[in-house]
Amino acid sequence: MKIVVAIKHVPSLADEVELNDEGTNLDFDAIDFALSEWDEQAIEQAVLVKEASGGSVTVVGVDIIEELEKVLHTALAKGADEVAKIVGDFEPPIESRTQAKMLAEAIGAMSPDLVLTGVQAVDDLDGQMGPMLAAMLDMPYVGVVVNVKAAGGTATITKEYPGGVTADFEVQLPLVVGVQAASQPPRYAPVSKIRQMAKTAVIAEIETDDDGAGGPTIRKMAQPVAAGHAEMIDGDSGEVAEKILAILRDKGLV
Amino acid sequence: MPRPLAEQKVIQEEVKELESFVVEGMDLSGHWNRMFGQRVIWDYSHDNMEKVTDLPGGESLGWCYGCAKCTAVCPIDIVGDYSPRKIHRKTQLGIDLFKSDDLWLCTTCMNCLRVCPKEVNMIKIMPAVREQAVLEGDVPAELQKAFEDTAKNGNPLGQPQRKRAAWVSQSDVPVPIMRQHKQPVDVLWYVGSYPSYHPRGIDAALAAARIFHALGIDFGILGPEEKDDGDSFRLAGETGLFEMLAEDNIKALEKYEWNRLVVTGPHEYNAFKNEYPKFGFDRPVQHYTQFLVEHLDQLKPLLKHEVNRTVTFHDPCYLGRHNGEYDAPRELLRAIPGVKLVEMGRCKENGYCCGGGGGGMWLDSFTQNHTRMRLSERRVREAVEYNAEVLAVACPFEVSRFEDGAKSTGNDHLQVLDILEMLDQSMRG
Repeated sequence: MKIVVAIKHVPSLADEVELNDEGTNLDFDAIDFALSEWDEQAIEQAVLVKEASGGSVTVVGVDIIEELEKVLHTALAKGADEVAKIVGDFEPPIESRTQAKMLAEAIGAMSPDLVLTGVQAVDDLDGQMGPMLAAMLDMPYVGVVVNVKAAGGTATITKEYPGGVTADFEVQLPLVVGVQAASQPPRYAPVSKIRQMAKTAVIAEIETDDDGAGGPTIRKMAQPVAAGHAEMIDGDSGEVAEKILAILRDKGLV
Repeated sequence: MPRPLAEQKVIQEEVKELESFVVEGMDLSGHWNRMFGQRVIWDYSHDNMEKVTDLPGGESLGWCYGCAKCTAVCPIDIVGDYSPRKIHRKTQLGIDLFKSDDLWLCTTCMNCLRVCPKEVNMIKIMPAVREQAVLEGDVPAELQKAFEDTAKNGNPLGQPQRKRAAWVSQSDVPVPIMRQHKQPVDVLWYVGSYPSYHPRGIDAALAAARIFHALGIDFGILGPEEKDDGDSFRLAGETGLFEMLAEDNIKALEKYEWNRLVVTGPHEYNAFKNEYPKFGFDRPVQHYTQFLVEHLDQLKPLLKHEVNRTVTFHDPCYLGRHNGEYDAPRELLRAIPGVKLVEMGRCKENGYCCGGGGGGMWLDSFTQNHTRMRLSERRVREAVEYNAEVLAVACPFEVSRFEDGAKSTGNDHLQVLDILEMLDQSMRG
């Protein structure tokens, strides 16, 4: 079984994000990038499927800031068999639709049986990467998935619904899955292993002519403004109770 | 080197058995018994022992002859049931150390090696076995979190790398950051992760900055270019992470001109002194206590205010036993007017361990399941037994460990202070 994981390199939220001078986007020179945390779950789920049912795992992503190598070495250390990066003459940001197009082209050529990707990512949070990939690859899509088992020509997918409800689907392969969480927490890749991979691994390069530009224009991006603060009520318990009562009356609640 | 185990069996064919044996009229005839047969140990496979002794660094576990001197001094055994001799015996009996919880209890404090007549070296055995466990993914979750945080952010507290010098904004004296300073300094001060990020660690860093400033030291820090020294991760088996951090730190240190390196923590001291030279770093390094003792003549007149407290000092394992420095911290404490220094029973070469070394800093809940009390709690109780009002420390791991220990054992009256904080108190009143 050929399993492909489509990943995104997204702005890291480990630090406070900074905006550019024009206030139209993030300051991409001042922020770090990291693997999308949902994609990390997708990689784990892919390796689990491989361990259970055999096959191979290929991890592929768009190398937006030319720093995707470390992410790919980590994927190899966790059990991926092959890795590839899509390279071209582009700069951040590349919006999800454009990345989906690049990824679909690359993944289509790999003839996968199963495509996994994170159900969403912090850069847009619209959860459209999976559905777009599925549409472009002409495959069915199941999102918000918390377990994948595959055997023969079908996959059993556990999809999560609100309120702790889950449902199992049997879906014909090939298929695109949006992973919410792997069936067990992502494994740790020891740095020793990652460094070993960095010395020996071959990262396939897939060139694209697409310059990554386009998509909607952002007119304004701003940090959220703190609205109101909590009011601290001082005094002994009687006074505090009276003040609380006054506030509740004032708001018409009692 | 002892002979391989397989060659040590009694070869029964070479032992002659007499039909009857009479000595001075007494019939001493006997039969084969266990004394001549294989000893009970051969009922067990020694594969698991050889798995350890075959590893580079793991050889010496096979040298143990069970004298149990280590058990008497092992800080874990004092609060639990664990010592190198017990590890050796369990491994002989077939327990797989690679999968055992015992693998993560050693704090690499080195008190066992100090007394071991066979030089069974847990400081080498533990990292060697742990490295294999880490590669197999057998790591306690808390420790793994520290690995992940450090791999991502350069510090085990999970704080952003860019904020490593954020504490400087709280300083009332200038703390030059090399990247902006753009000129050579006499002292490059490697601050360390806990003094950079942990609230109680920052207190020590601020105190150090004030002391250096008052002494007129020309110093600078690496700030956002500094990363965790990684030594504790090496000892916890994450060799690759240690190597990566060492390379990054050496690269950052080589970018600037400075005469000597001063570090806040004993683990950092051990890293720069004994481990980084393996990566080509060959520059002098001092723990801050050693550096300040050299400046004692200038420092003494600055210590104007009396600190009238009974103080005891906890020797950090990696300053004392590992690197032989027992005097510098004590000289600094004696220089503070009013301080009455008392020694605990377990001090200097036989100093107790706070529990933070060798990865223990990030194994608190894990170790809790195997000990009756935390090592830090045992140590706090010892300080109280000696009527200390202040437990003085010189390792950034210890302030928070012992403060927590003081609270959890109901000894809130025991104050835990870094020597830097005590000097600063005496300077400022």
